[in-house]
Amino acid sequence: MSKLVEIRWHGRGGQGAKTASLLLAEVAFNTGKYIQGFPEYGPERMGAPITAYNRISDEPISIHSNIYEPDYVVVVDETLIKAVPVTAGLKKGGAVIVNTAKSPEEIKKELKYDGRVYTIDARKISEETLGAYFPNTPMLAAVVKITGVIPVETFLNDIEASFKHKFANKPHVVPKNMEAVKRALEEVKGNE
Amino acid sequence: MAKRVSLSGNEAVAFGMKQINPDVVAAFPITPSTEVPQYFSQFVANGEVTTEFVPVESEHSAMSACIGAAAAGGRVMTATASAGLALMWEMLYVGASMRLPMVLAVTNRALSGPINIHNDHSDSMGARDSGWIQLYGENAQEAYDNLMQAVRIGEHPDVQLPVMVCYDGFITSHAVENLEMLDDADVKAFVGEERKAPFALIGQDPVSMGPLDLPNHYFEHKRQQAEAMKNAKKVILEVAAEYEKLTGRKYGFFEEYKMEDAEAALVLINSSAGTAKTVVDALRAQGKKVGLIKVRVFRPFPAEEIAEALKNVKAVAIMDKVDGFNAAGGPLFNEVVSAMYGKADGKIVQNYIYGLGGRDVTTYNFEEVFSNLFNAIETGKYEVYNYIGVRE
Repeated sequence: MSKLVEIRWHGRGGQGAKTASLLLAEVAFNTGKYIQGFPEYGPERMGAPITAYNRISDEPISIHSNIYEPDYVVVVDETLIKAVPVTAGLKKGGAVIVNTAKSPEEIKKELKYDGRVYTIDARKISEETLGAYFPNTPMLAAVVKITGVIPVETFLNDIEASFKHKFANKPHVVPKNMEAVKRALEEVKGNE
Repeated sequence: MAKRVSLSGNEAVAFGMKQINPDVVAAFPITPSTEVPQYFSQFVANGEVTTEFVPVESEHSAMSACIGAAAAGGRVMTATASAGLALMWEMLYVGASMRLPMVLAVTNRALSGPINIHNDHSDSMGARDSGWIQLYGENAQEAYDNLMQAVRIGEHPDVQLPVMVCYDGFITSHAVENLEMLDDADVKAFVGEERKAPFALIGQDPVSMGPLDLPNHYFEHKRQQAEAMKNAKKVILEVAAEYEKLTGRKYGFFEEYKMEDAEAALVLINSSAGTAKTVVDALRAQGKKVGLIKVRVFRPFPAEEIAEALKNVKAVAIMDKVDGFNAAGGPLFNEVVSAMYGKADGKIVQNYIYGLGGRDVTTYNFEEVFSNLFNAIETGKYEVYNYIGVRE
């Protein structure tokens, strides 16, 4: 990857789309990339639609506007598909990644989008591995795999180290989080 | 060895303050600057700094406490934005007139009303005549670098003035980006272990500060203050040269980006200059002779130098993220045009008011401005005072 990759996240306040975008920035940073991670701040309330952004590049990034023509769109809450024009400006060669139990074909019809559509059931993975609904970790893994902004092997090593750091007081949750990551890498599926 | 990090602008400034370890920080929280005193108070609580943190009840009190601490000879810092800066107004003038070096991190935010938490330059531009030195930065790196240099500039014996370090609210303050931080030891060596105050309320040779100053002396004190601001120009460049030796990063009064043979140019401040650079690159790739000037030092104003930098352009758009509501042009426009008078005459000069209240400033905006400039060069027809990116 030599060129700039631009990613737009759609979520609802409280679901961690902003945190996920910052995590992605962090893992890309750790592999030597230039990164930006920033949310679009509005009247933030639990459940209100929010947008967050990532730019990732091998070169320094000087642009400081929001992203209008993203390479990838990530939808953390599928109910937003009916509320927000999530694919607006999405590049023709781009892709959209949706957190849903539905198939890529079904989501593609709902989105009315011609490009690549990927789905990941982050709720199921999260509930089965972590015992509660934390969509961030599986979504992050799916985004890394589909966008290819960093190699999956590098990501696996890096994310394990950061889980060990983050959960230093409860190391027993590290394997559960790693299982969520690995399942997401396997279970994200696409209509290409 | 400098350390490569990814931080938000507010984190970069708070970590920079930690490395500087000032004597006193007095602050009151306000969006989007809140994180600066928030993070810093954690450093205080954790014993990572020896600073006395004064949690005050308003920004007027924050600046008053800073003035008291600086008058006692301390190295003093604070942070604010928008209405918080407005509430400091009275005390900003007092601090500058008492010739007290302090560093104030301003996360630029619109002023009410209507109430708006997002970025523009109404707050610090409104304080442009308060006697403070003003440094502006495009991104987290520049906010951090300006913070370090601000300490040295303000405390220089020939200056003795407070310094605002301004960076864009949310766009810079809350976005995580790459930057390089200095080693703690390098920061200590650069800023010095402690402030050497030439006069103070306490110590061996205490002085009285802030008494009534009647017509017999007030004017002379203002004259000295004006001289200090003139001296700051030399000191800013000296400090920048020393900082460049330490970091390799070059700073001056402003950055000239692809200006060598530019026919059409922009002059602007802070984060949007970064966005405009990508448009300059794209237009250069099409063979168009375009460039931009990003102003870093607004007070003191580098009038002669800006006029010199613009002497070969045909058309220039001076862009203000604030309106002064004089029905003629924003503050940057007024200052640049004044500077050009008699030194860079006969140019097409336009003013654009942009990005008020956090309206996103895009590459499309700058493409339109350059297109207008080239159209003006071709036809000779143009408006001077314009708004861009607004619904009319």
